[in-house]
Amino acid sequence: MIPELGHFCLAMAVAIACAQGVVGIAGPTLKDPRALAAAPVLTLLHFTAILLAFLALVWAGVVSDFTVENIADFSSSSTPLLYRITGIWGNHDGSILLWCLILSLCGTAVALGGRQLPASLRARVLGVLGLVSCGFLLFTLSVSNPFTRIWPPPLDGAGMNPILQDPGLAFHPPVLYTGYVGFSVAFAFAIAALIEGRIDAAWGRWVRPWALLSWCFLTAGITLGSWWSYYTLGWGGYWFWDPVENAALLPWLTGTALLHCSIVVEKRESLKAWTVLLAIATFSLSLSGTFLVRSGILNSVHSFAAAPDQGLFILVLLAITIGGSLLLFALRAPVLAGSGIYAPISRESALILNNIFLCAIAAVVFAGTLYPPFVDLLFGIQLSVGAPFFNQTVLPLAGPIILAMGVGPMLRWKRADLLPVLQRLWLAGAVAVLVFIILTATKHIIAALGLAGGAWVVCSALTDLAERTRLFRAPLGTALGRFFALPRAAIGATLGHIGFGVSVIGIAAMTLAVQKVVVLKPGQSTMLGGYAWTLRDIHDAPGPDYTQRVADVTVSDDGKAFMTLHPSRRFFTAQHVITSDAAIRTNGFQDIYVDFADEQDGGAELRLNRHPGAPEIWFGGLIMALGGVFSLSDRRLRVGAPFRKRLPGGAEA
Amino acid sequence: MRTPKKKRLYLVLACLVCLGGAVALSLAAFSSSLTYFLSPRQVAAHAPPAGQSFRLGGIVQMGTVSTSVSNDTPTTRFAVTDGRAAVNVVFTGLLPDLFREGQGIVAIGSMGPGGVFTADEVLAKHGADYMPKDVEQELKASGKWDPRFGPPPDASAWNDMKVKDGT
Repeated sequence: MIPELGHFCLAMAVAIACAQGVVGIAGPTLKDPRALAAAPVLTLLHFTAILLAFLALVWAGVVSDFTVENIADFSSSSTPLLYRITGIWGNHDGSILLWCLILSLCGTAVALGGRQLPASLRARVLGVLGLVSCGFLLFTLSVSNPFTRIWPPPLDGAGMNPILQDPGLAFHPPVLYTGYVGFSVAFAFAIAALIEGRIDAAWGRWVRPWALLSWCFLTAGITLGSWWSYYTLGWGGYWFWDPVENAALLPWLTGTALLHCSIVVEKRESLKAWTVLLAIATFSLSLSGTFLVRSGILNSVHSFAAAPDQGLFILVLLAITIGGSLLLFALRAPVLAGSGIYAPISRESALILNNIFLCAIAAVVFAGTLYPPFVDLLFGIQLSVGAPFFNQTVLPLAGPIILAMGVGPMLRWKRADLLPVLQRLWLAGAVAVLVFIILTATKHIIAALGLAGGAWVVCSALTDLAERTRLFRAPLGTALGRFFALPRAAIGATLGHIGFGVSVIGIAAMTLAVQKVVVLKPGQSTMLGGYAWTLRDIHDAPGPDYTQRVADVTVSDDGKAFMTLHPSRRFFTAQHVITSDAAIRTNGFQDIYVDFADEQDGGAELRLNRHPGAPEIWFGGLIMALGGVFSLSDRRLRVGAPFRKRLPGGAEA
Repeated sequence: MRTPKKKRLYLVLACLVCLGGAVALSLAAFSSSLTYFLSPRQVAAHAPPAGQSFRLGGIVQMGTVSTSVSNDTPTTRFAVTDGRAAVNVVFTGLLPDLFREGQGIVAIGSMGPGGVFTADEVLAKHGADYMPKDVEQELKASGKWDPRFGPPPDASAWNDMKVKDGT
């Protein structure tokens, strides 16, 4: 009964979303005050209906209702409660329902939080969100219904893939989806602005927090996903240039560009059309990322449940959304003329440079990801574009960004001089060169360049902060006072850049990682990376829904054992699946990583890794997301704040 | 000096340089890092020259997996089949958890001496019932599997199936 109610709520949500779209978009044109007032109400109803449908599915999962196909396929009575709930979005149909839920939640946030918005703009934004939601709800309802019943129901469910039973993965999809879907609001604002034919600084101020919020979630989501694949899959790598990963990276790249160029719109009323185009591109990439991957059009080692019959629906939906918005852009963009004039050396130009390079990286990643399916479709040739392609194209393009990142934030708006800025950055430059010279001794040019680049980014961001607070030039108290008086957005931007630098350092240091595959019998040891690794024992250990074999590996330096790791092999009895649970010990600067792959003739097949700098990759990602949160807490971006500033007489906006 | 026209010129120049760079980089990288996906049948018919990297996709043939340890390092030998032809593979390193006989895998590497494929990397798909698309087509083409009559035959049965020499 409950699943049917959920199904009904879902059908209702389609109708409400459709009404929201029509009323929201047509209302302002007809200048009907009832329509303007109805749009937020419909948005709330739309959210409520999807929430009820989602709760119905969660309920079916919690009570293990195996008459629901979705639950029977991906859950079982022995699955722990946490994974019974997270399993809802661990599969295709449920994850799309979650996607729709987050989309309607974003709409609700605009409806409730956007009281300061002009009523017509708000109605149009909500209308666009309603139409997008309507399309994807129709998709859920018609070809990927999570409430489908099966008869006769199985005695027990098929159970969840053990690899997915992990806290890291349980929260990775919602975080990533919030990132993807959040860009829908920036997209809706862009479309609404195109319909209205007007963009001003205030528009930039409304779009920026949304772009920032989604960017934070996307950054955190990518970091979580990368960390999960690092520690669960036991491959010892953190990024494989897999289509799924690229699908998340693409909106991140254009989203980062959007974040930077919306500053220009906000401060200088320039680059308007470009910002709108980026908002459209980012959301289009988010959409294609989610749905192309999930529909199996992009083949991947991650191998989601593929359903080719859904592919056509998705392609049509994507074509309408993306094609329609680009057509609107082509028709209306000439109306959006910028007003600011700036010199070739200025903050504006630096931000444009950042945009050009980020988009170039996005373009090569896009080409590399879509080329194989394209060729397969056209010529029937199966080929793949591997990691070497992406390394050879992305790294050279990332170089100029890293260089410019140090200088850009210190340039003034409109017109700046490069020389004084470079003089102030001498220390950061010296540190980078020193790092490079020291590391050339390791004969790893890529690692040396990467570490020097990371050091340059971090040091120049710190220099910028020191300059702004007059640290070392004014008394410490004054500097601290100036630090606390800095706008939080400035601190956020510095943190974001530092985070990126830290990640670059981590990625560069990981190229110095050493790895070895050995077969050891208990008592035997081997040397790797300056440490002696000894297998002490292999024994059985109990687990909740699996049995496991555990290897005890001791790592010692100069004869002194300093660490014992316990990698294990787990046998999941319900699914007949074996997984290996890698043991990772970190000290914050380096990971010791042991994977227990197989057991033969009383010996253990182990993969031993020493990964310098690995933790920095994820620390950097978290610092970046934290910088975004800091920036988001800036008073300027909080809803309503700019209005109070602008209208000191207490007049209503 | 700083007329909008001039500003636009700088912008267009910057874009062109960057775009040109990106295209040049992509083309250079494309020519060296495109790897083709071949099935055992294609390899048997036309083996690529030794040293040229490609992906070999198929099912691990039943009863062919053997591992030897030399110098503490394990080396695994197995055969990959698509139901029509089989290619011997040698791999030094750790195999993925899902690797087992009858499992669909993709091996990346090149042909070595004696017609043996030397794999640098072996990937097994997450889904246990995964089958490479190419293998699926081969099975259908060789008449061993007709999708209208249910799921594909168990991989363990393929060995004993008569291989038609339709090539």
